[in-house]
Amino acid sequence: MAVQGLESGKRKRVMAIASGGGHWEQMMMLRDAFAGHDVTFVTTLAGLGERSGLEGVRLVPDCNRHKPVRALWSLLRILAVIIAVRPQVIISTGALPGVIALALGKRLGARTIWVDSIANAEEFSMAGSLARNHAHLWMSQWPSVASAAGAEYAGSVL
Amino acid sequence: MIFATVGTQLPFPRFITALDRIAGKRGLDIFAQTCDPAARVEHIRASAHLDPASFDKHIREADRIVGHAGIGTILSARKHTKPLILYPRLASLGEHRNEHQLATVRSLVGRVGIYVAYTDEELEDLLTRPDLAPLRAEDSAARNALIARLSGFIAA
Repeated sequence: MAVQGLESGKRKRVMAIASGGGHWEQMMMLRDAFAGHDVTFVTTLAGLGERSGLEGVRLVPDCNRHKPVRALWSLLRILAVIIAVRPQVIISTGALPGVIALALGKRLGARTIWVDSIANAEEFSMAGSLARNHAHLWMSQWPSVASAAGAEYAGSVL
Repeated sequence: MIFATVGTQLPFPRFITALDRIAGKRGLDIFAQTCDPAARVEHIRASAHLDPASFDKHIREADRIVGHAGIGTILSARKHTKPLILYPRLASLGEHRNEHQLATVRSLVGRVGIYVAYTDEELEDLLTRPDLAPLRAEDSAARNALIARLSGFIAA
């Protein structure tokens, strides 16, 4: 897609957070959506940013709901990134660190987007269900999953 | 070389058997990742599992990819711009929990670079046709639509 020349007033600070693996791959497939904005990418695996030709990618610890102490550590690190970047928009393709970022960011005034992973063809992921209350824009990449859950469908990375 | 994959979760014996038979009949060079250490094949090369690096290597070296209709199969073929033949698992034959692979291929109908085989005859035809087009990311209307929605929301 063409990079649109945004006037300086319309440039937004965007934080795009995705765990390593398929979540990150999908974020990379959607990165044209952030063209022209000041984007800070955040992930959980060192080296992913370089592989995607990106500089300044920030790392936070990965976490899941079975390890609450680690999740708390991850939360503090994500909070530090949000305070440093002051994003106006936060978008995540998963997983739990993305939910934490949306939850914190929404409380701090950011507009938040959840795009559930394309792998969830039958129902929302666990993280995606958790993200519902923290996302201004809550999306599935499958029309049937979106309509069953009351989410929005606007397309998919496929 | 044709690279065949069934994903990392479940074996797919109906598919591997069909590939083996077609390879024998038509003299095709096929390497299959089977997810099945007990798979017996005569006419194709096979490995139950591949580490990510050798999976990537096989995708890169293949002139076409054939696989179950999994997301990983589709994204891998597209990443390396290869023609892709999909042979969906059928829940009605006990090959998956539900028919989401049929839903996946229905959502991809008409995409340049994606070919669907519902029968072994269609599979044989697609494995031997000379004129398959590669799968390209930029041809995806669904992806462009999602990007447009996100970019509109961000700019608003």
